This record gives sequence, C-alpha cells and structure tokens, in this order.
Amino acid sequence: MKKKILDVQGLSKNFGGIKAIDSVDLDILPGEIVALIGPNGAGKTTFFNCLTGIYAPTGGDIVLHHPETGVRTRLNGMKPNKITEKGMARTFQNIRLFPTMSVLENVMIGRHCRTKAFVLGAIFRNPATRREEKEIIEVSYDILKKVGLHKLVNEEARNLSYGAQRRLEIGRALATEPFLLLLDEPAAGMNPNETEALVALIRKICREGHSILLIEHDMKLVMSLSDRIFVMDYGKKIAEGTPEEVRSNPAVIKAYLGEDVDA
Amino acid sequence: MFPVKELKRSLLISVWFAFLTFPIMVIKVDPIERIVSYRWHNMFFIAFGSFVISILAKVYMVRSERRAGRKKVKKDIAEPFIQRILREPRFLYPLSIAALVFAIAFPSVFSTYQTNIMTTALMYVVLGLGLNIVVGVAGLLDLGYVAFYAVGAYSYALLNLHFNLGFWTVLPIGGMLAAFFGVLLGFPVLRLRGDYLAIVTLGFGEIIRLILENWNDFSHGPSGIANIPRPGLFGMEMSFDAGIIYMYYVIVALVVFTIFVVNRLQNSRLGRAWLALREDEIACQAMGIDKTKTKLIAFSLGAFWAGLVGVIFAAKTTFVNPASFTFLESAIILSIVVLGGMGSIVGVIFGALILILMPEYLRALSEYRMLAFGGILVVMMVFKPDGIISNVRRSYQFKKHISTRGAE
Repeated sequence: MKKKILDVQGLSKNFGGIKAIDSVDLDILPGEIVALIGPNGAGKTTFFNCLTGIYAPTGGDIVLHHPETGVRTRLNGMKPNKITEKGMARTFQNIRLFPTMSVLENVMIGRHCRTKAFVLGAIFRNPATRREEKEIIEVSYDILKKVGLHKLVNEEARNLSYGAQRRLEIGRALATEPFLLLLDEPAAGMNPNETEALVALIRKICREGHSILLIEHDMKLVMSLSDRIFVMDYGKKIAEGTPEEVRSNPAVIKAYLGEDVDA
Repeated sequence: MFPVKELKRSLLISVWFAFLTFPIMVIKVDPIERIVSYRWHNMFFIAFGSFVISILAKVYMVRSERRAGRKKVKKDIAEPFIQRILREPRFLYPLSIAALVFAIAFPSVFSTYQTNIMTTALMYVVLGLGLNIVVGVAGLLDLGYVAFYAVGAYSYALLNLHFNLGFWTVLPIGGMLAAFFGVLLGFPVLRLRGDYLAIVTLGFGEIIRLILENWNDFSHGPSGIANIPRPGLFGMEMSFDAGIIYMYYVIVALVVFTIFVVNRLQNSRLGRAWLALREDEIACQAMGIDKTKTKLIAFSLGAFWAGLVGVIFAAKTTFVNPASFTFLESAIILSIVVLGGMGSIVGVIFGALILILMPEYLRALSEYRMLAFGGILVVMMVFKPDGIISNVRRSYQFKKHISTRGAE
C-alpha cells in the first residue's frame, strides 16, 4: 500500500465558542486528486487555512510525509512559509496575486524559498547570485509555459483576465516545487471554456507528479476530476469515498438539498 | 465658459483663507507701544489671491482631465517624458555621469557657503534613500526614523569622547549600531501594519530622544556634546574651508555608494520579496517568504544609512544635542520620500534637494518662507500625488534569448 503524503487526524478549530472545524480526518495518497466539498460555510477554507499555517489549529494532528525524501513533519503551529518549504503550496479563493508586479515576477516570488541569495549577494552580484537569478527567470518562464501564460510574461498581473489570474496563481504555487498542491475554488467565476482548460491543466500537473487537494463548488468538475471526495458540513466530515459513493450518499444529499427531499 | 457654481466655490475658498490667515496677516500687536493695529488691506490681498489661485487650479484640473481622457486612446504615449529617459540606459548613463561631474565640480564653482548647504542636502538624500527602503519599497510606514540618525550621531560623539575613536573607525560602527537598533524596533512591530505601525515607530523615535535628553550621565542631557572632531585625512591639518570641502566630498562618495547599493538591493531576490510583502502579506507567506526575516532586514538596512549619516552629521556640526533629533526631522525625511516618489531612487534624490535647498533659497521671502514652503508641499501633493518622479521600477522583462537557450 502507498504511504499517505498528508495525514490529518481529528483536526479542530474553534473561533471563540464556534466550532468551525470539528475533528475532521483526511488523507491523501501520492498522485491522487482529492476534492473537499460542502455547502457554503461548511469550513472548507478554514480547513485549508489550518493546513497551510494561516490559522493555528485548536486540536488534532497534521502530518506531511514527503514521498521522495521520506521526511515526516508535524505541521501544527508552523509558520506558513515553513510549510511551503516542506512542499505544500496553495492558491487562494479570492485571488491574491501581487497586482502591480509582472506575471513573470509573480512566479519568481514563488522561487524565493528555493533560492538563497541575500544582502551581500544582492550588493556584490557575484557569479553565484547571477547564476541563481538567471535560473529563477528560466524556471519561472518554463512554469508560465506550462500554465499557458508565457505570452503575457511581461504584463502586469492586475491586467490579466480572471481565468488567467487563476492560472497564474497555480503557476506561482508550482514555482515553490510542491509535491502537494492545494487549490481553493480554482474554477470559481470561470466560463465553461476556461473551466475545461483548467481541468486539462490540473490533470497535467497531476501527471507530472504533484498530488492535488481542491475545494470546489462546480460538481461536474469535481466528479470528473477527483479520485476521492471528502464532504464537510457544519465543520464536520459527513462522507468520504469515490465520486460514485459520494453521489449516492444520503447524508450528502441531505446536506446539499435540505431535510425533506420528498416533501 | 465658467459655471457660476465654480465661482461660488472659489469665493468661499477665498473667504475661508482670509479668515484662516486673519490672525497672522491682519492683526499686528506692538508690545512696546502697546497698540494693536489692523492691516485690513492684507486681508483683501489674501482673499483676492486665493480666489485667483483657486480658479486657476480648477482650470488646470479640468484641462488635465480632458487631456487624460484623450490619452487613454494612445496608452503608450501616456508614459511621461522623464520616465522614458530613466528607462533608457543610453539616456540614463550620460545623465548620471553629467550629474556626478557637476557634483565633483561644485565646490570649485560655488562658494564655501553654497557647498556647505549642498552637503546638508546630500545628507538628506542618503537619509531619504535609506527610509525609502523601509517606506517606499517594503511599505512599512516609519515615523521614528530620526531615532537611527540620532544613534549614529551619538555613537560618534560618545565613542570619540570616551575612547577617542576617529571618524573613519566610527562610521561603520555607527551604521551597524543603527542597524542593530533597527532590528530592536523591528521585533515588537512585526505584527503591525499601516497606522498602528506608524504610531509605534513614532513612539520609538520619541523614546530615543527622551533618553538622550534625560540620561545626563550617558548623553550629557540637553546641553549635548561639543568639540567633536571633523574627519581626518591621513592626519593632515586642514583649514576651515578645506574641511568643509573635504566633508562635501565624503558625502558625495556616500551618496554614490548608497545609490549603488540601494539600486542593487531593489533589483534582487530580496527587493522582490519586499515588493511582494508590500502588496500582500498573506500571499507572500504562503509563497514561502519569511515575513519576520524580510521585515527585519528592511528595518535594519534602512536604519543603517541613517546611522552613517548620523556620524557624518556629528562630524560636520562638531556638536550634537537631542534638539536635532525631533519628530520634525522624521517628518521632513518622510516628506522627502513621499514628495520625491515612493520607491523611486531618482525621485527621492530630487525630493531631498528640493525640500532642503528650497527653504535656503526662499530666504528672499524672509518670514514668509516657511509659509511658501508649506504651500508648495500642499500644491505638490494635490497635483502630483505620486511624487515628483514616480517609481520607474525596472520590472523583470523577459528576453527572448534566454528562452531559446532554455529550450535547447
């Protein structure tokens, strides 16, 4: 059996008296596309924020297991940038690009944690620093090619169309060399064509060896893309399984359609 | 052509200005003769003047709006002339060399008095460039910058007094000490942004000044420390004038050094991280940038320049006391950055020269010079809120040859 790359056990997050997440378990195997779904306000984004260190979880364990190096890390209480260094990167539901920086520069920022030139390197611009800068630019450009934005390389990020901005966010996250990519509603606000291109992109990224955890409301996308689905409602996990299993699960139908389906 | 509504508005503005300036322009108290005279004609001048100015301002605004509307069609031409020059190396390099030649020739062309003023202005150029790292590039509003300037000045004064250390020895020490204080200030304010950060840094600046003012055993209190030696040149004795000119060249060298370093920092991995931090802190962290480290580096590098200039200030005036390091200084340095153009090196240089030299050359207006100075600041901010020369950041332009090589 394959080893889990992400293992979440009993994760809880309280805001004052409100249990935003209540003892949720979740795991991801290498090369999987896993979806996390649920009605609005179910706590999906809070779950993401706990995983990526933006919130400190109230209880439970988050363990990340690097598939190649075999390093196990408990992520609870780690800073977001450290978690990214460990190999888990994310995108945001409400796009958070650096609007006045160019498309290329946005991706270059993603390379930050994989490079190391510092104050003295910046001032003296020694051969090592120059080589590193060149490498940053080349790698970033290759990533832009992968997400299909290389034609807009010198454009300011804020001038991009909505779909392109979403893809740029994915590209920026890929620049940090993650083995696990968290996508928070990547298809939100996209037209059908853009969604189709996005599905192809996610499949391609997955084939290249990145596992993916995504939050999404577009059920067609979720059902066609995911290997497994986790369903949350009111902060609790109410179901998990393959798309077929989840589709026919009465608890899921109840959560989405309300109590009295027959009435 | 001109709507009545606008005339009414201008009239209201003129009445308001007449009312505001009434105490200083109209009432004149002669304490010796014990008489109060009212100069009503002044009120008329003010009212009429502000009426005309407000109408002219309105006309200007309407016109520039119309121009902007027309320009939208041709976007490429909208880039201002100055920015185009700064972007092109073939214009920029000759211009910088010309500026450098002018700076080197300055003392032989102008009088010692002018050179001395220029030295002061150039000190503010370095201060502005230092604060620009913190405020302009990293986007951390710092109102207590003068504290680091004070740290530099007092480190020279005190190290010289107690250990007899020379200028050139203390120069790097002063910079390092200030950078260390930058980290000290940085730690407690890491979580803060915007207004809150501004208030805390303001408090920090005042704390340093109050310590210097009240800790008599350490800093000699309000009376300050006098007889600080000027910088030496291999032990040569220099006349007073030669000393001033020597000081001038020291600061010119420092300005060149600062521009070089700050420019390289801005166009580096670290500079990019600062820009990203200014735009979105959370996204920055999620992309693996260490917020703590990046912010502290910005604070300490900014403080470093203030420390260097502090040492030079102590050596130039040969006297330091806490009165030189009030909040007003911080405000002036911040104005240099904002007026010049946040994040723009050339802008900050112009900002410093204008803000420091203008009050000197406005002496012709004698007692009204500060009023004129304030007026110019207001007008600048209304009509050019981005600063004199807004930032022309060389964003990383992707060049084709790298892509072909990368594909091979």
